[in-house]
Amino acid sequence: MTDTYTLTQPPAAPTARRRLRRDDDPEEVVRSVSSWGDRRRPVVRWSLRIVQAVVLVGLIVAAVLPLVWLAKASVSTTTELVTDPLTLIPSVFDWSNYAVVWNDLGIWRYLLNTLLMALGSAAVTLFVCVTGAYTLSILRPRWGDVVYWAVLATLFIPGIVSLVPLYLTVLDLPGLGISLLNTMWAVWLPAGASAFSLVLAKRFFDSIPRELIEAARIDGAGPVRVLWSLVIPLSRPILSVLALLSAVAAYKEYLWPLLVLQDPGVQPISVALPRIEPALEYSVMMAALFLSMVVPIGLFLLFQRQFLRSVGMANGIKG
Amino acid sequence: MTRGLSVPGGVPAREARGGLLPRVQRWVRSGGLWSLAFGAPLVLVFAYFSWGPIVRGLVLSFQKTNFLTSSWVGLHNFEYVLTDPVLPRAILNTVLFTAIGLLVGAPLPLALAVVMSELRRWKGLYSALAYLPVVIPPVVAILLWKVLYMPGPSGLLNSLLGTVGLGPLAWLDSEQLVIPSMVLAATWAGAGTSVIIYLAALGGVRPDLYEAAELDGAGVWSRVWHVTLPQIRGVILVLILLQLIGTMQVFNEPNSNYGAAAALSVMLAAVLAIVSIVFQFSTRRLNEND
Repeated sequence: MTDTYTLTQPPAAPTARRRLRRDDDPEEVVRSVSSWGDRRRPVVRWSLRIVQAVVLVGLIVAAVLPLVWLAKASVSTTTELVTDPLTLIPSVFDWSNYAVVWNDLGIWRYLLNTLLMALGSAAVTLFVCVTGAYTLSILRPRWGDVVYWAVLATLFIPGIVSLVPLYLTVLDLPGLGISLLNTMWAVWLPAGASAFSLVLAKRFFDSIPRELIEAARIDGAGPVRVLWSLVIPLSRPILSVLALLSAVAAYKEYLWPLLVLQDPGVQPISVALPRIEPALEYSVMMAALFLSMVVPIGLFLLFQRQFLRSVGMANGIKG
Repeated sequence: MTRGLSVPGGVPAREARGGLLPRVQRWVRSGGLWSLAFGAPLVLVFAYFSWGPIVRGLVLSFQKTNFLTSSWVGLHNFEYVLTDPVLPRAILNTVLFTAIGLLVGAPLPLALAVVMSELRRWKGLYSALAYLPVVIPPVVAILLWKVLYMPGPSGLLNSLLGTVGLGPLAWLDSEQLVIPSMVLAATWAGAGTSVIIYLAALGGVRPDLYEAAELDGAGVWSRVWHVTLPQIRGVILVLILLQLIGTMQVFNEPNSNYGAAAALSVMLAAVLAIVSIVFQFSTRRLNEND
């Protein structure tokens, strides 16, 4: 987004601008479809305001209302949920739902597993992408191009093709005779084989000026030193994006962990919830659902900027 | 791997050819071992968890197997899948779901993003709200939608309808409503990402284009139509394609026959590939100016 001053904007002192914030304040305008001139016309101004208000209400209904309702349902009694589901404040607060979920169901263990799964996936993805992109982009061995093309090719093959054979691989790693079943590695390692993340990292590494790397080499830095003291510090923005994207992808995953994590002791919340759901009382279930979404939503609200930036950045590559 | 190593300028050709040992030494000196060491995680992880399974899936689709013994059966698995009596119904449902999903799911985020890009304040709030459903774990969302769609008068949507004297509807149990209900849930879960991507694309549209259009007398609507949409059509097409591929992958049948399951996914992959290629070619014209 560029701060371009347009013909239609009267010039103003930049200091005064910040204080005079109003919806249609001309000085605040960054040019988009509608211009300052348009916005002075009552028809445009009011229809724009109405549309924006409608969108805001729609977004609140779609995004906030379910959370509010769930929060209320989690402290209601099942009887009230069935007889009068629409109220937003329960007549009696029933906190025992949470006690059941936390103590009897031990939901903390599933939440912990989810956290482990997300962190491990992010760590493995980062490790594979950083070392791999460093090899392909900076060390550039002769076989690098072949490997890169093989990675790119997997982008065009839907994951469904390899679901069954991937399961067989995890069951018995070819040549090693190890089974990863019911260990977190069964989720972490396949998460590391993310062509998308590798391409993202490689493109970023490609943009690092070669002169910097040559200069470091001439100064006597070995491959490890160049990676650790030069490439990694320079690529922090992309690394945080990669970590975030892979962590989010990991905690949203359902089908794969369901297949490979059958032991309840290692199951993440996404697998455990549908398994325990049929046996649960309605209101207890709502408390379980609320606890499962409160952590990701809290993290999202904390790291909003990073989340939204990572989506925009990831898009640059799809285009 | 050492074969054909490029010779740095100024080194006589005689030395470059040399025997095996000097070649290996040269390869090691030029950092070949380091490349191997740094490239190993990538190659190993992809070989085990990406390339290997893909190849194995292809092989599996031509085999009959119980994992103790396997035998080649040619195209029998494909035949088996294609003659399955429930296949037409499954294809029809997938096509319907994809079509309705595109019809609702493609324009909605675009419209939201265009409106949001006109905001002068609170853009962050709008973006956060739009993206919020995306961070809710899908399993939680699905269980919540089940509560919402619960049939019978005590269901959440049905109670809402009840207050205006309608319903109760069967939602997911109803033949007519099941696909629209699923599309609604899928759109809710996926629209946020598209909105944020469109917003980023809209921010990249050069403001002087709008100015030029305005000076030429174009109103707000015709500016959206003739400037905004053509400028971001590349992003629009990619997002539509991604959505198409994403929704079509729901096509799956429970199948205990691994060979047939593999054959089915190979065919699905082929269909997706054909759809992408056709899509790319038919939209290339539109994309030429990008």
